[in-house]
Amino acid sequence: MTESTISAPRRGVPIWAQIIIWLFLVGLLAIVAAGLSRAQQGTVQPGQVIDNFTLPLYSGYELDGKSEISMEDMRGKVIVINFWASWCKPCEQEAAELQTAWKQYQPTGQVVFLGVDYVDTDPEARVYLKKFGITYANGPDLATRISQYFRIKGVPETYFIDQSGVLQYVQIGPFSSIDQIRAQIDPLLK
Amino acid sequence: MRSSRFTFYILLLSLVLAGLWTGSAYAQGPTPTDNEVNRIARQLYCPVCESTPLDVCPTEACRQWRDLIRTMLAEGKSEGEIKQYFVEQYGVRVLNEPPNRLVSYLVPTVVILFGAFMLFRGFQMWIKPSMTESRLEDTKPEAKPFQDLYIAKLEEELKKRK
Amino acid sequence: MIASFGFGVLIITFLVTLYSVFAAIYGERKKIPAMVESARRAMLLTWPLLTLTASILIYLLVNDHYEVQFVYEVTSRSMPTYLKVTAWWGGQAGSLLFWSWLMSAFASLVTLRKWDRDREFLPWVIVVACITMAFFIGMNVFFENPFAQLYQMSTGVEAHTFRPAASILFIPQDGNGLNPLLRHPGMVIHPPMLYLGFVSFVIPYAFAMAALITGRTDDRWIRLTRRWTLWAWMFLSFGLVLGGRWAYDVLGWGGYWGWDPVEIAAFMPWLTGTAFLHSVMIQEKRGLLKHWNMLLIILTYDLVIFGTFLTRSGVLSSVHAFAQSAIGPLFMGFVSATLVASVGLIIYRWDSLKSETEMTSLLSREALFLLNNLLFMSILVVCFWGVIFPLISELFTGQTVTVGPPFYERATGPLFAALMFLMGIAPLSAWGHSTVKTIGRAIWKPIVGALIMTAIIFATYTRNAIALVAFFLIALVILVTIYEYWRGANARQKSQGENIFAAFWNLTGRNRRRYGGYIIHLSMMLMAIGILGIELFQVETQGTLEVNQQVSVGGYDVVYQDIAQFQGPDGREVTRAVLGVYKGSEYLGELNPRIDYYYDAQQTMTIPGQRSTLRDDLYILLVDWEPASATGATFKIFVNPLVNWLWLGSLLFLVGVFIAAWPEKDAEPVTVRSQASVQQQTSAAD
Repeated sequence: MTESTISAPRRGVPIWAQIIIWLFLVGLLAIVAAGLSRAQQGTVQPGQVIDNFTLPLYSGYELDGKSEISMEDMRGKVIVINFWASWCKPCEQEAAELQTAWKQYQPTGQVVFLGVDYVDTDPEARVYLKKFGITYANGPDLATRISQYFRIKGVPETYFIDQSGVLQYVQIGPFSSIDQIRAQIDPLLK
Repeated sequence: MRSSRFTFYILLLSLVLAGLWTGSAYAQGPTPTDNEVNRIARQLYCPVCESTPLDVCPTEACRQWRDLIRTMLAEGKSEGEIKQYFVEQYGVRVLNEPPNRLVSYLVPTVVILFGAFMLFRGFQMWIKPSMTESRLEDTKPEAKPFQDLYIAKLEEELKKRK
Repeated sequence: MIASFGFGVLIITFLVTLYSVFAAIYGERKKIPAMVESARRAMLLTWPLLTLTASILIYLLVNDHYEVQFVYEVTSRSMPTYLKVTAWWGGQAGSLLFWSWLMSAFASLVTLRKWDRDREFLPWVIVVACITMAFFIGMNVFFENPFAQLYQMSTGVEAHTFRPAASILFIPQDGNGLNPLLRHPGMVIHPPMLYLGFVSFVIPYAFAMAALITGRTDDRWIRLTRRWTLWAWMFLSFGLVLGGRWAYDVLGWGGYWGWDPVEIAAFMPWLTGTAFLHSVMIQEKRGLLKHWNMLLIILTYDLVIFGTFLTRSGVLSSVHAFAQSAIGPLFMGFVSATLVASVGLIIYRWDSLKSETEMTSLLSREALFLLNNLLFMSILVVCFWGVIFPLISELFTGQTVTVGPPFYERATGPLFAALMFLMGIAPLSAWGHSTVKTIGRAIWKPIVGALIMTAIIFATYTRNAIALVAFFLIALVILVTIYEYWRGANARQKSQGENIFAAFWNLTGRNRRRYGGYIIHLSMMLMAIGILGIELFQVETQGTLEVNQQVSVGGYDVVYQDIAQFQGPDGREVTRAVLGVYKGSEYLGELNPRIDYYYDAQQTMTIPGQRSTLRDDLYILLVDWEPASATGATFKIFVNPLVNWLWLGSLLFLVGVFIAAWPEKDAEPVTVRSQASVQQQTSAAD
């Protein structure tokens, strides 16, 4: 019976086949590595310029009469972005403090508080806002676009952005006092 | 006298209209059953919890989402509209299947077909010489064509080994 | 003190495995047998060392040492002792240690055998086994120390291996407690069973690498590890079944398999393992597919490592958590390195892996086994793509998607059906040569039988096309297998003059692998019956019932009778409902679905009330997110037809594997290659 090889000729695997195999393998591993490193990234870090995004606002929670707000609109002011949800228990710890802080800064017209509602339902969100008497602008993060941009790891998280659109500070978890909030805003107003 | 009669009829008319208007709320139909809600919730994943279908998720938030589905069903929304709403609110990942079916099925199909192709190429390469032999067992042998075939096969093999 | 001692032993074990690797390589390269023997002894030493480490950890677990972070995370005072012991594999750090312990046990077992004929494999088997062990122990030593303790610092409580400056030991009063989902007595076995399967597959891989490195690429390495492969496959299969049973009994979702990426990660090595199990038979019988077998075992090994890390019971309960942890990149690095090295080795030894004979017929058993491999690999491709697609989607579009059951069911359904069809044909084909005529002659009777059975099902039970095709295939395989058994026993009866029972017994005894394999196939078909029943014919309903209100589902009448709330024995609050089950006017019994709330873990478990018969399962859940009281409670009721065939089949599966793996009394046959090509239509000989 004649012997025969299964596939390649006798001199080992041909170069072209080797190239294809290695390219495929390396490519596959590279994709997984890229995905992993992406997941390993933390939230957006201070020093980064925040891209423009738009947030539709709940009716009754508009800013300057606008039902949709974008970063461009708020250029020149200090922006406090707070990610929250009605089903998030820790968020309730800081809700009153945030509202008080807003009330203190609102007359100056130099600071904007923006509440971004993460993965929530309309009726429950309104109950939450009413419960804490919140009056600053709030809107749903449709398709979680904004949360994905900031790469938030959970709620609540608060992002402080200065007048030129550069991220200055990230607060993970609730604030324990209003002083903590002021401590981040006051330096930016100087 | 005439004016009071007139007033009476106006009041009566308003009452009837009011009754019709409030009564029309009931025309939305009975509350959707749990099964109807689950039928849709089963096709969605909890937007917050990891890998948990919406019909079995025990959290408070998921209960609210199921209530939302119930409300939308009561309003007469279709399954497609409800799923569309969830996608707009929470992103495409809330569906239990990628919306673009073509891409998700295309790649495995191509890879599998390629594998099948490689396998049958392999079969062809291995079996062709012996296929002629087995045909010999079943049919009457015709020496000349067999020899030609054999020589052709041999030449092919020799070419490959160069 | 004790914890630090445990950590010390762990470090020593790590150094011993490293020594073993280098000693083996050095001794092999420089041809110093004494060094290789030293490496072997070092490897043997790892098992007692790891047993000591594990004993220390178990001591800490059982004795409420909550200053140790791992003990705090997985035990609590209210847990019974046996659960505290099994909490060893209830969290990431302990699981890794358990894995290493199993690995050292198996590696020691392998090296304790006689090595006269295969001395050259030994050093490389040691190297591969010890590199794997070093990786897992290294994980424990450097990243997930099971002996890390809690220290009170100025910034709060943190876990450290060594006491940091300006801190004191922090001793919590009580622990978090084991995840309630793992406190199910039966489900204590699922993680170890799965790990047994995973770890055992490292042995054939080690031998494969040894074969490639030494150049002894004949089927010696396969023969040496044949039984290991079978046991590994058995543990893995049973581990998967236990996982399904756990999900069914305890998870409270009403199903046994959710196509969750974590489940798929454990399923993928099973697919390549099953393909491997079949295709090594081709190499043994006909000397073909040597490259392919190497590739399969390499894939299995790397998928095993992947599956180990992505388990539901541990800390990394989801793909997301896995990706975000510190462990993720490390393990990916290990998988990449071993994959690249192994593939490089195959390419290096490509020529020495050439076949000894050629394939002669499209319908020969080896050709059909190849088709079997193609189908298993296709299912693997579907699974792998499903897991990786969300990742790719996010990379390229920024939006992530979810790939759920519909995709997997639609894509793998036809492939599984094709596999069942193959299972019906392959027993009837012979090694070396088969034609449509020979197979056709054998198969027409089972086909007719299967058609008749399908017709009966069509007439009495269902018109569902998918169900009918599936039941036809299942009937075909069962009939073909029984037919093969009967043919063999019949031939024996005639030639040996035995009665039919003795014939069956001796037939199986003399051909354990073949007939054990047939029983395994039969058991798979029983499991398929169960799967089809629950997948295609499940009836589900959810609704709120008032006391004494009745609901009818799937032929049963269920009456809500009572509900009670009380404190359970081990720190839980139990809400238990009482439902009466009737079929028409006949009283069938009482079911008690309940909700257990565990105070320490602050987690709820929904335990179904089940009434199981061969015909179906009546499965009732108390819906835990709706308030339950004496006035009204919400229930989810399933009727799952035929599902118990799934569990029964798995028991028969164990029987089949035991038969197939039972050692033969006869000596191992010497490889005589030239005979293989002469084999024609043998069907009784193995």
